Amino acid sequence: MRMASAATQLASRASLSKEGSAGGCLTICDVGKTYDPDGTCVEALKGCSIEVKAGAFVAIVGPSGCGKTTLLNMIAGFDAVSSGEIYMDGRLIAAPDLPPQPGPDRVVVFQNGALFPWKTVLENVSYGPVRQKVLTRKQAKKKAIDLLRQCGGLDAVAGSYPAQLSSGMQRRVEVVRALINEPKVLLLDEPFRAMDTVSKTTMHQHLLEMYRICRKTIVFTTHDLDEAIYLADTIIVMTTRPGTIKHIIGVTLQRPRLPKMLFSHEYLELKRRAAESVHVEARKAFERGEREQA
Amino acid sequence: MIDRARNNDPSEPVPRLAPRTGRSASHTWVSRINWRGAASVAGFVLLWELLVRFGGGRFEGIPTLAEVLRAFGDKYLTNAQYWRSWIVSFERVGYGFVASQLLGIPLGILLGTRKIFHEVVYPVVELLRPIPPLAWVPLSILFWPTTELSIIFITFIGPFFIIVINVHDGVRNIRKEHLWLARSLGARPGYIFRRIILPSLIPSIAVGMTLGIAVTWNVVIAAEMIASDVGLGRLTWEGYVSHTATTVIVGMISIGLAGYLSTLAVTYAEKKLMPWRK
Repeated sequence: MRMASAATQLASRASLSKEGSAGGCLTICDVGKTYDPDGTCVEALKGCSIEVKAGAFVAIVGPSGCGKTTLLNMIAGFDAVSSGEIYMDGRLIAAPDLPPQPGPDRVVVFQNGALFPWKTVLENVSYGPVRQKVLTRKQAKKKAIDLLRQCGGLDAVAGSYPAQLSSGMQRRVEVVRALINEPKVLLLDEPFRAMDTVSKTTMHQHLLEMYRICRKTIVFTTHDLDEAIYLADTIIVMTTRPGTIKHIIGVTLQRPRLPKMLFSHEYLELKRRAAESVHVEARKAFERGEREQA
Repeated sequence: MIDRARNNDPSEPVPRLAPRTGRSASHTWVSRINWRGAASVAGFVLLWELLVRFGGGRFEGIPTLAEVLRAFGDKYLTNAQYWRSWIVSFERVGYGFVASQLLGIPLGILLGTRKIFHEVVYPVVELLRPIPPLAWVPLSILFWPTTELSIIFITFIGPFFIIVINVHDGVRNIRKEHLWLARSLGARPGYIFRRIILPSLIPSIAVGMTLGIAVTWNVVIAAEMIASDVGLGRLTWEGYVSHTATTVIVGMISIGLAGYLSTLAVTYAEKKLMPWRK
């Protein structure tokens, strides 16, 4: 009952935000997902409603297997929703009777990395605009080189194959491959998951810098609270399966974010609140022996 | 902040577009020789020599390397029949191997991508796969009009199921993220097949070919011993029948060399197909 009213409220707000010119506003209304692979009905997500403003940086946190990746895949159009709707800038992009339709306006960076190993960095990055026939091959390559250069001198490795790069550099190239399509929304699925703390910190600075330059809407999943607080404007805490929205925490830290903020009183207070919220769910998931779905 | 990507050398302002090559040019050919390996081969030859000379009864009939080399120089080096054996065996391996890849790769792809095709055809593949290629010899001789065709057929069977299984497995291991990403960036189904599915399969095809080429030589030699009157397998067999041990060993070394050359060719082809693998 409460959910339904929240959904209608969100839907009306979605139509309001249609006027916003920049684009990239996401409205997720009461979305649910059930998997039914062999007759055993598994409810992965239930009644999720989130509103993401255009240009906002949102982090979704939650225990393993809570449906973060599922939610992201549904926004991206890789997976169908079982109930509810998702709108982007007021346009319906996902509903139960709508076949999932991915598009270059919302590009995903996957947790294990998905650069095409048989293409060079330059070919990977210029791939999207060439495929969509937005640019000629030559124009796309030029734009790719420019963008790679802007993103911390990655043009130096343009001719290399992904396997020749470090995982951090691969992930940065992947973000560039997404950005070249000028997406309205950038979806990052635990992109720094397998990285050590030092590379992660470097990657955070790179991502914040890219965000400062392009100001795309970013939806980011992680189970690292520090990462979520440091990067995002809003933190959405999800419950364990079936995933629902538990808390929405606004991050009041100033931008640009600086490493010293990690020791500020404000930061620690945010972390305490988030940790309390996530901890209960994490323990439930742990006790049930929840496994990664991805 | 450490930034490995940035090119700090002012003398190199142009982005480096060529893939980096791994080895520096300072290595000379002398330092590249595997001396331990060479010593090990010399040791093996020495052991062979010693066993034949002092090993007693069991080793009496076995010639030394020097005898084998002398026999090779006298009887085979300028013998057209010997070199024809090479050509004939290579032809059989070539036809059988190429045919197995041409039919096996599409079959593996169909089995991996078409559900109904898989349900109908896969049980038959599983039924025929465990039958050793040599068990096909009698039926093959009865069925095919010429001995040559039946030998090529048996040679085909050997690598055929290997490539089918490898490609089939490769299709199942294609990363869904790659397919999703290609779709979201605007690729159409035909393009996805040619430019995403096929390149994803190249590593599996390479494994299937490497395993397949070894089996191909096993099979062709055995088939020649049973059914043919020419070829390296037949040469070895004739050596046995005529009690000429030098001929047997010349045959064995020739077969080993031929197999090694084929593997080199396949490895070379793989490197050309997968420039992204180092």
